[in-house]
Amino acid sequence: MGQKLGAGLLRAAALCLPVSLGGCEMALFDPQGQIGAEEKNLILIAVGLMLLVVIPVIFMALFFAWRYRASNDKATYAPNWDYSSKIEAVVWGAPVLIVIILGAVCWTSTHALDPAQPIASEAKPIDIEVVALDWKWLFIYPDQRVASVNEAAFPVDTPVRFDITSATVMNSFFIPQLGSQIYAMAGMDSKLYLIANAAGVYDGESANFSGSGFSGMSFKALALSNDGFDAWVAKARQSSAQLGDAAYAALAKPSENNPVQYYGEVDPRLFGGIIGEYMKAGMAPICTGAESAR
Amino acid sequence: MLGNLSLSVIPFDQPIIIGAVAFMILGGLAVVGGLTYFAKWKWLWTEYLTSVDHKKIGVMYIVIALVMLLRGFVDAVMMRTQLALSYGPDHGYLPAHHYDQVFSAHGVIMIFFVAMPFVIGLMNIVVPLQIGARDVAFPFLNSISLWLTTAAVVLVNLSLFIGEFAMTGWTAYPPLSELPYSPGVGVDYYIWALQIGGVGSLLTGVNFFVTIIKMRAPGMKLMNMPIFCWTALCANMLILGAFPILTVTLALLGLDRYVGMHFFTNDQGGEPMLYVNLFWAWGHPEVYILILPAFGVFSEVAATFSGKRLFGYVSMVWATLAITVLSFIVWLHHFFTMGAGADVNTFFGIATMIIAVPTGVKIFNWLFTMYRGRVRFATPMLWTIGFIVTFTIGGMSGVLMAMPGADFLLHNSLFLIAHFHNVIIGGVLFGAFAGFAYWFPKATGFTLDERIGKAAFWCWLIGFYVAFMPLYVLGFMGMTRRLDHYDNPAWRPWLAVAALGVAIVALGIFFQILQIVVSVRNRAKNRDATGDPWNGRSLEWATASPPPFYNFAEVPVVTGRDAFTTIKEQGGPARPAQFEDIHMPRNTAAGVFVGGFSLILGFALIWHIWWMAVAGALGVFATLLVRASNDDVDYYVPRAEVARIERSHS
Repeated sequence: MGQKLGAGLLRAAALCLPVSLGGCEMALFDPQGQIGAEEKNLILIAVGLMLLVVIPVIFMALFFAWRYRASNDKATYAPNWDYSSKIEAVVWGAPVLIVIILGAVCWTSTHALDPAQPIASEAKPIDIEVVALDWKWLFIYPDQRVASVNEAAFPVDTPVRFDITSATVMNSFFIPQLGSQIYAMAGMDSKLYLIANAAGVYDGESANFSGSGFSGMSFKALALSNDGFDAWVAKARQSSAQLGDAAYAALAKPSENNPVQYYGEVDPRLFGGIIGEYMKAGMAPICTGAESAR
Repeated sequence: MLGNLSLSVIPFDQPIIIGAVAFMILGGLAVVGGLTYFAKWKWLWTEYLTSVDHKKIGVMYIVIALVMLLRGFVDAVMMRTQLALSYGPDHGYLPAHHYDQVFSAHGVIMIFFVAMPFVIGLMNIVVPLQIGARDVAFPFLNSISLWLTTAAVVLVNLSLFIGEFAMTGWTAYPPLSELPYSPGVGVDYYIWALQIGGVGSLLTGVNFFVTIIKMRAPGMKLMNMPIFCWTALCANMLILGAFPILTVTLALLGLDRYVGMHFFTNDQGGEPMLYVNLFWAWGHPEVYILILPAFGVFSEVAATFSGKRLFGYVSMVWATLAITVLSFIVWLHHFFTMGAGADVNTFFGIATMIIAVPTGVKIFNWLFTMYRGRVRFATPMLWTIGFIVTFTIGGMSGVLMAMPGADFLLHNSLFLIAHFHNVIIGGVLFGAFAGFAYWFPKATGFTLDERIGKAAFWCWLIGFYVAFMPLYVLGFMGMTRRLDHYDNPAWRPWLAVAALGVAIVALGIFFQILQIVVSVRNRAKNRDATGDPWNGRSLEWATASPPPFYNFAEVPVVTGRDAFTTIKEQGGPARPAQFEDIHMPRNTAAGVFVGGFSLILGFALIWHIWWMAVAGALGVFATLLVRASNDDVDYYVPRAEVARIERSHS
């Protein structure tokens, strides 16, 4: 029922929004994956629902002010009129009704779009471990045993499971055209499932200010064919650089506008170690939803 | 001897900062010179600085707000011009460490030192008059609040010249605000300015809560109060509930930074998310501390300039109370993206949407106040209509982001920036400007120039839309906040339009300054002899403009809502047959000293000058001790003197 209602409202909303919002420059209105597409629809539904109240309000504000202007002697003047049970019922009832509908949409969409929830797919998900550093993104491929900086690749139409942490301050991991962002926080493992349904190169960024190199903390997300992804892994593997403790310590030093780098070999315990580093000598951080280290 | 302080902390190598400082020093010298030339020092000291009169304290709060509005606006101009320039190979004119201070200072200044003092200033001027009282419950405490706020303002401005300000954003999230990532004094300026200013705000909350509960004129039941008093009451209840959270949170951050504790650090079991929760447990009620009094202003203005009773008074009161309660259970919507589960996010999402119901009711009630009225388009009413339209749009973008699934895309984007400026400028600031124009004649005795005021309104309204609608679009383009540079060519034209919008707003501010100058010059012509220039409905209009220091020679007796309208319908205020002696508080310099010593204390703590910190703390304590042992703090105005004053302006 929720879906049918959603589809109807979506059509209504689409009529209300200017067509130009669909232009490809609007990253959020040009989603390239299932999560992003559902979130775009959610925005359109919510805006459409709210316009049902907002448009009349704006119209009434301008019309009442004009109609009852002091110079208009023809309009009724009722200086002591200050209550009408019918109007009161409508002004409480209409927002309540809209909020009940929005609340229902909120309940279903929030559960459907929980970032930590796996995406149903025939394809086996690929794991990528993400570490926010000052000021670049490190991507570790535990199964392929390669790593990269400021470039993440994954096969198209395949769910990607990101395990996200930070070895520095808070950042937010965000690929606008694919959908949800989630915070990268030290000592925590935030889970985020995304999927790209079209091959392409998508901009990624940090969406939470993290210091002086923040503006250069962008990366590219490459959604490739299966063959393309294998070729990307092979290219990374050819790199002579190995990501062990020493190389990681060098990488973790603050740097700005990092070029893309590849590591042909990576210590599989690195990601767990980065999380664990912030948990030693203290109690485990409280995690709301985001799982602590495995 | 001087802790971490040395000449090297003054940024002589930064021409922009040195230029700004030189400009501020010149401005300060002009004020000092003017006061000396016109021999006004004694007048300033006895009539204003040491005054405990709520009206004069209110005027001083608003002066602070207007001065700091200019400073915060300059920050805004710098951000918008930087982003209009800083594209591709070009990196603009602000390096990251400067740009990051600018946006942090902009947020802190606009919230704490523009919006707060403006709203508190209006409450000071208006609330005692509207409830028919002769002052607030604790006049000396009121003076302390003002001077603590002033000390905080001075600290923030000192950071421009001596050292640096925080480079963390106005929320100062740890771990970024912790010592390893922010080793400079910027965050310490932030902590101590907010601590000192925060205590000032908390004391204001105590003062106005007691004033409204205990000092209403006979017959003014709670349900007879003007809506502005209701919104002030609720805002002050929120201050009482929320500001202690801020104080504790900043104290914990201070303990981390000063004595190496680990409340919010990454390591040693610290929990940065705890700070984020606590910050917003204060921060969201704070939004309503600012907007509720603005709602109150619009209610007064809408009724007065529609020549009509406020529609749905009881609904308004309940809506205000509902918002007050709900504002404490929505804080998590500021960080849906921090990994809370779907159930938690849904709870806070729906709780947030529910706030839209009482807010929507209020908007409808203002609309139906105009309905069947006789609407006069004086400047306060223009701000009100501009607010209704603008705030409705801002409310819609807010409810959209209350939807966690949508927030996963829009969080921290320029869409968010557009949203909260949409409600803070379109709501709080428009409300403050409406209140400023509405009550200016009450506070000063003459009206503002309407023609220039309308020009200012239109520039602000148009400038706002030109500056912030592009930010909604940029949010949809995936542009995040706090960037000092970008490479995406599609963002550029929108940022250029936004910069143009800021220029239009600047024109609006120019008109506002011009309006004050012209109105002061023409004050004889624009004098408000009646005390009631707008045909007002509540008791502040029942006394002279400006009111005598005791407000009312005879405390009015209230029989219902719209007390002054009732009095006018019954043939105007009756002249009392004989006057009574009036009990009033004496002026005192103690508030100035408390503020001054607090400034020394804060400055010393920032620079680790421990002996000076002890001296500052002892100074505050000694001042309060001397004040507490002084029994001569009040006096009676003899009835003959009251009669003389009353005759002089009738």
